[in-house]
Amino acid sequence: MKYIDEYRDAQAVKRLSAQIKKLMTREWTIMEICGGQTHSILKYGMEELLPAELTIVHGPGCPVCVTPLEMIDKAIAIAQQPNVIFTSFGDMLRVPGSRLDLLSVKAEGGEIRMVYSPLEAVKIAENNHDKKVVFFAIGFETTAPANAMAVLEAKRKQLKNFSILSAQVLVPPAIEAILSSKNSRVQGFLAAGHVCTVMGFEEYIPLAEKYKVPIVVTGFEPLDIMEGIYLAIKQLEENQYEVENQYRRVVKREGNRAAQKMMQEVFEPVDRNWRGIGCIPNSGLKLRSAFMAYDAEHLFRVDAIHTDETTECMAGEVLQGLKKPLECPLFGKACTPEHPVGAPMVSSEGACAAYFRYRK
Amino acid sequence: MCLAVPGKVISIEEKIENSPQMAEVDFAGVVQKVCIDWLPDVKIGDYVIVHVGFALNKIDEKEAEETLKLLKEMGDLE
Repeated sequence: MKYIDEYRDAQAVKRLSAQIKKLMTREWTIMEICGGQTHSILKYGMEELLPAELTIVHGPGCPVCVTPLEMIDKAIAIAQQPNVIFTSFGDMLRVPGSRLDLLSVKAEGGEIRMVYSPLEAVKIAENNHDKKVVFFAIGFETTAPANAMAVLEAKRKQLKNFSILSAQVLVPPAIEAILSSKNSRVQGFLAAGHVCTVMGFEEYIPLAEKYKVPIVVTGFEPLDIMEGIYLAIKQLEENQYEVENQYRRVVKREGNRAAQKMMQEVFEPVDRNWRGIGCIPNSGLKLRSAFMAYDAEHLFRVDAIHTDETTECMAGEVLQGLKKPLECPLFGKACTPEHPVGAPMVSSEGACAAYFRYRK
Repeated sequence: MCLAVPGKVISIEEKIENSPQMAEVDFAGVVQKVCIDWLPDVKIGDYVIVHVGFALNKIDEKEAEETLKLLKEMGDLE
């Protein structure tokens, strides 16, 4: 496949890793933000190709992993109500809430459907006027414009039976939370290429300057990631801290303005809890008041559900790059992809699931 | 979750007023309908990067070649 195969050239990846080794004069720690990149790094065994002095830590860029327990409990409370069709991307169905997951609600007779696109959920609402159709709107800035389009489509079609449960999150506030933490050991970032495809990368420039960290917008294939690491290390060795774009074939500085506009028309920033991490100011997206009629949290009166996260699971530390999955006492024992305790073991993009699959 | 896949635009549907503009995109033999509302100047034959049924951007062929050329040169330095 064009634009994929040429970026998986194993020899080219090895040559680049040799260049990284040549560059390095001291220890460095870099974080890749996006779960898709975490998956690639583990799948292609890229850490084994890198010098031991370079530590790659895995960031919170897996929406399934950072959706708080409370939000899963709200989703379950809605899905259990009569006359509801609850729609979601597949990965969310297996994430454990405080007592159940969505798949067990389905097993108990709840009508839960997996969708590939938010527009499919709108179509389901169109074809089932007698049912209330709810879409679990998760995702980062990559997905938020598509979720916004679903709301606008429902409005245009005058559907009274469609709503969304918004658990959307934003990348820059999460980077800021990681960098401002006293425990942070991250010295450089690989920014998420597809988030930047939508948003561009201008909003990362003040972060790079304020915290003096290089941020390299990076793609998802092995050669992209290796080049992203190379560029970040080169900056670190040269004492630079700029925003650089490795993924130039896809990402433009200004991103996709039309998609941004749609997202901003429908959503506005809100403080959001991240699973295992806690509240990050202005790190989520909620429906603007003009779209309240599509807000499932309000319509189904689940806003009062509060759940405390008390678990031995180290997901929060893993998602902030403070710990690696193998350091968790539950990893591979009480917590496996078959019986996950924490969300990073559920999603294929979660660091724990990737370690379980490729490193165990 | 932010997975987005490159595909080639093979046909563009007639625009229906107020509806999302759709196109057929070929992903290595699998053809899917994709919304191209956010890429008004996309043409048949363009490669686009697609996420949950939406084309997020065109792939810049020149930049892609440039990146590969640069990487090759770096390898040749060894």
